[in-house]
Amino acid sequence: MKLVPGMTLAEDHAIAQRIRLRIPEGYLASTVFRGDLSVHLRREYLLQVCQYLHDDPDLDFDYIVHISSVDYPKDPERFEMVYEFHSIRKKQWVRLKARLPEDDCTIDSVASIWRGANYMEREVYDMMGIRFNHHPDLRRILLPDDYDEGFPLRKNFPVTGRGWRDRFEFLDK
Amino acid sequence: MEEKTTTQTSASTQSLPLLRTEELMLNMGPQHPSTHGVLKVVLTLEGEKIVKSDPVLGFLHRGVEKLAETITYQQFIPHTDRLDYVCAMYNNFAYVRAVEKLLGISVPDRAEYLRTIVAEVQRIIGHLFWLGTQALDIGAITVFFYTFREREVLLDIFDELCGARLTTSWYRIGGVERDFTPKITHDLYQFLETFPEKIAEYNMLLENNRIWLARTKDIAVISAEDAVSFGLSGPPLRGSGVDYDLRKVAPYGAYDKVQWRVPLGKKGDTYDRYWIRMEELGESSKIIKQCLDQLPEGPYLADVPQVVTPPKERVFTDMESMIYQFKLFAQGFNAPPGDIYCGTEAHKGELGFYIVSDGSGRPYRLKIRAPSFIHMGAFDWMAKGYMISDVITIFGTYDVVMGECDR
Repeated sequence: MKLVPGMTLAEDHAIAQRIRLRIPEGYLASTVFRGDLSVHLRREYLLQVCQYLHDDPDLDFDYIVHISSVDYPKDPERFEMVYEFHSIRKKQWVRLKARLPEDDCTIDSVASIWRGANYMEREVYDMMGIRFNHHPDLRRILLPDDYDEGFPLRKNFPVTGRGWRDRFEFLDK
Repeated sequence: MEEKTTTQTSASTQSLPLLRTEELMLNMGPQHPSTHGVLKVVLTLEGEKIVKSDPVLGFLHRGVEKLAETITYQQFIPHTDRLDYVCAMYNNFAYVRAVEKLLGISVPDRAEYLRTIVAEVQRIIGHLFWLGTQALDIGAITVFFYTFREREVLLDIFDELCGARLTTSWYRIGGVERDFTPKITHDLYQFLETFPEKIAEYNMLLENNRIWLARTKDIAVISAEDAVSFGLSGPPLRGSGVDYDLRKVAPYGAYDKVQWRVPLGKKGDTYDRYWIRMEELGESSKIIKQCLDQLPEGPYLADVPQVVTPPKERVFTDMESMIYQFKLFAQGFNAPPGDIYCGTEAHKGELGFYIVSDGSGRPYRLKIRAPSFIHMGAFDWMAKGYMISDVITIFGTYDVVMGECDR
């Protein structure tokens, strides 16, 4: 995590504080940027934090907004998982972030807590190649099942795509 | 459609040894007139009953998220048109709102009102399109002609507004592309005057139609907890009685300055979702009417020369504006580093953009939270136990557009 202009540390934010007190070993930091709270976690504790956010009556994060992933090829922990949750009754949002290294890009699935996470995680797997432990049905979703050219949203995947386009031969006139 | 039988015998048929029954696997689509684009569903059937359904997505996958990483923020606006291609305005709106949040700029009052009016016109178009095609799927062809009649009137207004009917790209980062002409205001008022009669006409065709009621009531019921757990949004969520509308929860545009209400269903069946959309037609026209009445004077673009292109007349007459214009179109603007998520209540549900910026002129990562995609995640759950003929109704009730679902 790197502080940028406009981003402030938010250790005293109510939600961040609750997570820090409840699961101190999994908590890393929290920031606010443009009013969005992001809580940085260790990936081993992600499922535990999610369960807590979902079950605690004061937090009550019952709605899953999106799951996505970002690729930072130069960083030692290459991938960042991003989770966004909303509480319909409390009208509050939170974003969780966890970093994964390239040689072991796995994280626990949250599909057991929010059923909508099933498709969202399948998409992340399909596009970024991150594997989810205990996912009920981890298959490719948007690309064909037998697609083996890699994971297109990784930064080292060319925008033109891989496969038959690479083998175009340019003929001289 | 190709058929394939599986040899496994269902457990429930063991009491009837004489009757040979087996589960049937049926590939529905991708080229099926009622799948709203190219969607394939692998159905496992027991007789006519759906045991399991597995949507096969991705036939329309164009890699828009990857493409966004290679182009400037301005250049991505036309790409959003092609996501949900029947309601381009709302995609533009959701995207420019996300970029504005990232940049930390606000737009002038008049632009907020213009945006709200056009977004609500687009919502009416979306719901009319949905109503026509849903009725068509169920077998009532007449409704389709009635709703498309009004849709044409509104699309003509879009044509007048930005020169395009479907792929509009009218929203700009920091405002809108151009102001309303007097003709547009006049046409909108005229449309609003006659629209209640038209809604009554649709109701007349469907409200007491026994076939419509039989095909929609108690079909694809989803409880409030399940709908929330699946992340449904828009009419499918509100049909189950969950009061979640981003226009109320996190107001944007001029939604907090006008009077309107959020219709909520009770049972969470297809009929409730239909009823909500019909109510929203009325609510949307109320919003448009009030916005037109209150429409303030003033600029329609924010005064942020680093981001907003100067008006054309100034580009041709003064040097500085020309330099800005050239710079903005040649290399775009640099967004501050950081990441934001911004959700907007499109007529299908919550359309959100998660943008990560590294400080350059292009998004480092752009993720689209497409409601159609997330709604398809609940398809298996909602279709289980219903008849094969209901599959079409259940697609329709989400209002899926595959362009948005597959991105």
